[in-house]
Amino acid sequence: MSVFGDVPLAPPVAVFKLSADFREDGHPQKVNLGVGAYRTDDCQPWVLPVVKKVERLIVEDAGLNHEYLPILGLPEFRSASSKVALGDGSAAIKDGRVGGVQALGGTGALRIGAEFLRRWYNGVNNTATPVYVSAPTWENHNSVFADAGFKDIRPYHYWDAAKRGLDLAGLLDDLEKAPEHSVFVLHACAHNPTGTDPTREEWKQISEIMKRRSLFVFFDSAYQGFASGDLDKDAWAIRYFVSEGFELFIAQSFSKNFGLYNERVGYLTVVARDSENLSRTLSQMEKIVRTTWSNPPSQGARIVSKTLNCPELFAEWKSNVKTMADRVLLMRDQLKAKLQALGTPGTWDHITQQIGMFSFTGLNPKQVEYMIAEKHVYLMASGRINMCGLTTSNIDYIAQSIHDAVTKVPQCRS
Amino acid sequence: MVVSLNLPIDHVSSWWGGVQMGPPDPILGVTEAFKRDTNPKKMNLGVGAYRDDHGKPFVLSCVRKAEELITAKHMDKEYLPIGGLGDFSKCCAQLALGADSEVLKSSRNITVQTISGTGSLRIGANFLARFHGGPRDVYLPKPSWGNHTPIFRDAGMQLKAYRYYDPSTCGFDFKGALDDISKIPEQSVIMLHACAHNPTGVDPKPEQWKEISDLVKKRNLLVFFDMAYQGFASGDIDRDAWAVRYFIEQGHNILLSQSFAKNMGLYGERVGGFTVVCNDTEEAKRVESQLKILIRPIYSNPPMNGARIAATILNTPDLRSLWLEEVHFMANRIIKMREQLVAGLKKEGSSHNWQHVIDQIGMFCFTGLKPEQVERLTKEFSVYMTKDGRISMAGVTSANVGYLAHGIHAVTK
Repeated sequence: MSVFGDVPLAPPVAVFKLSADFREDGHPQKVNLGVGAYRTDDCQPWVLPVVKKVERLIVEDAGLNHEYLPILGLPEFRSASSKVALGDGSAAIKDGRVGGVQALGGTGALRIGAEFLRRWYNGVNNTATPVYVSAPTWENHNSVFADAGFKDIRPYHYWDAAKRGLDLAGLLDDLEKAPEHSVFVLHACAHNPTGTDPTREEWKQISEIMKRRSLFVFFDSAYQGFASGDLDKDAWAIRYFVSEGFELFIAQSFSKNFGLYNERVGYLTVVARDSENLSRTLSQMEKIVRTTWSNPPSQGARIVSKTLNCPELFAEWKSNVKTMADRVLLMRDQLKAKLQALGTPGTWDHITQQIGMFSFTGLNPKQVEYMIAEKHVYLMASGRINMCGLTTSNIDYIAQSIHDAVTKVPQCRS
Repeated sequence: MVVSLNLPIDHVSSWWGGVQMGPPDPILGVTEAFKRDTNPKKMNLGVGAYRDDHGKPFVLSCVRKAEELITAKHMDKEYLPIGGLGDFSKCCAQLALGADSEVLKSSRNITVQTISGTGSLRIGANFLARFHGGPRDVYLPKPSWGNHTPIFRDAGMQLKAYRYYDPSTCGFDFKGALDDISKIPEQSVIMLHACAHNPTGVDPKPEQWKEISDLVKKRNLLVFFDMAYQGFASGDIDRDAWAVRYFIEQGHNILLSQSFAKNMGLYGERVGGFTVVCNDTEEAKRVESQLKILIRPIYSNPPMNGARIAATILNTPDLRSLWLEEVHFMANRIIKMREQLVAGLKKEGSSHNWQHVIDQIGMFCFTGLKPEQVERLTKEFSVYMTKDGRISMAGVTSANVGYLAHGIHAVTK
């Protein structure tokens, strides 16, 4: 008899299963529009030129070793990360009330923030505090907060499938009705999976209600720079909330904008009322880190830190980021144009209105199945596509496949 | 609970008003205090990080060579699978279990890459909390690594202890351990340090391990091995893994945490592995699937750099041989420092028996110093160590061993 005899086989994580199925497919025209990583126009992964340069500097630096980082991470990385999110001239940073925790990717930052909130927010160990995530949201949000101990994770209205845009009225209504002190996970820009962000005016409305109703702001910022190509533009919402006086968390990922996916570089920025509250908060986050991974990995943080802290490298990085963002914008333009030229039924404006890596095409599950089975075009059951999977070589095939899916497979009536 | 006062945000107190200041970490906090000290003779004998005979961090040559090989390959930075780099997991398991292990041949283990030893223990603890049908209790040796307790607690397990260290001999309390283990309720989890026990440096002898194994089997306990020092204890990786391999041969389906922080000097790269030895491949697949479900909401997938270095070293024959030599070298330097410290204490005229300093093994030495003596050693001599009297021998050099002997003698005479 085994101790683990009763352990059930868990279902695979959908997005990774999709890639696995894609890998096994032998069809010559297969396309992977699944997992969220940037691809060049040759459909290859892209190690940013600035990253290659900085990595060489690190390997050649005989003065560097592999010693433990402090629990909260590499100091130069921490200050640079907060600056990139909040801006050079941030008053909050000047006031000494901004700090943070280096974490393993955006996931790690979310988890540390969630663990802290469960222990110390809205009472002590209050697992009943509602946590709101957008409908839909990145699927791992639910698991992060659930595994951190929160018992009540709820959706807030976000995606309006009928109009293929933001359900602002539903969102605002949820904010008004949420119990005070509820936690809201907001996507700073390039919403995953819909690519649909609130406008600045809409963010202001969201902020006003959240302030009035004492709701907690937890930003997920995985695509700064990647969305519009402009770091400051993509950070507008975050900076607006900070200027409105919120105490908040920002889970930042450098996976996409630095292309450092597998080095797990992330940061949880903490903005507190003052430095004293900040330091107590960070001291407790240290304890959480210590029992999770002790201290964070050094390689990725060194790369990001060197880049952000050196003006020439920083400029080169911004230009690399713009290269990626621009290619995505180009593919959006071209996909919409081709669908319109094909006369594909429906409106396709959302392809260019949405922003960032992902697009919520509006394809229903049956149409998605058709795309995969008949066309060998792999996308998520939600209809989410990774725009980076489009290239000048495959875009015609993809447009045609979408056209066929829409015309041959009926629309579901919900 | 927070009361809403409906005041403009400037006047509302912080969300974090009720957050208490956390105490400094007992182990890592020592280094931070050390850094603040301006005494030129200061010694950091706190955290277990190897130092060369000049007191400097040591980057292994095999690591540098591996890094050059890796850089030349121009690999991409795509996400690793949740369970990590396949090449790494394989050779990590092989290193611990032995290349000819029946477990590996039958593919009845699941080994995942983890965030060094801490990450490995935490994944294991989370897995137990979710799936172990037995008691919630994890039995740690008394004493154990300070971080074991909060790791298991945060994962939702409860901690108990079995006797281990005998302060009267500064050695292994074998009888006490057997006595306590014989009373542990069935199906409880028992944590064993595979070699170079942290913090005491006291390891069971092979014959003693055999008795422990028999007793653990009789009590039907689930064994969780923590192996953070393979190679570092005796200088020989197979010898250091003997207990782990023996237990497996005896039929224990163990949980195992491995760290490459010390034996490859990859501390900050966070390289480790977690293994569950299962009944068969089918069970291993089920366990693997659940480990992934646990890992994904913590950090999604592990960091590449360190695992790639470790895999390159283990899978490249020249580098592997070089590594074995370097591990042997590090272990030997530590053994020499133990001998020199005892010699130094004798020279100072100490009347105490310091044999345990030589008998203990691995990076740490449980000096037997009491907290008041430790405090004096720190305050008067700027020698930094943990309150339990543990010193990291890695921080001792031929230049400062005399000063250390002098300080220890001063506070114990």
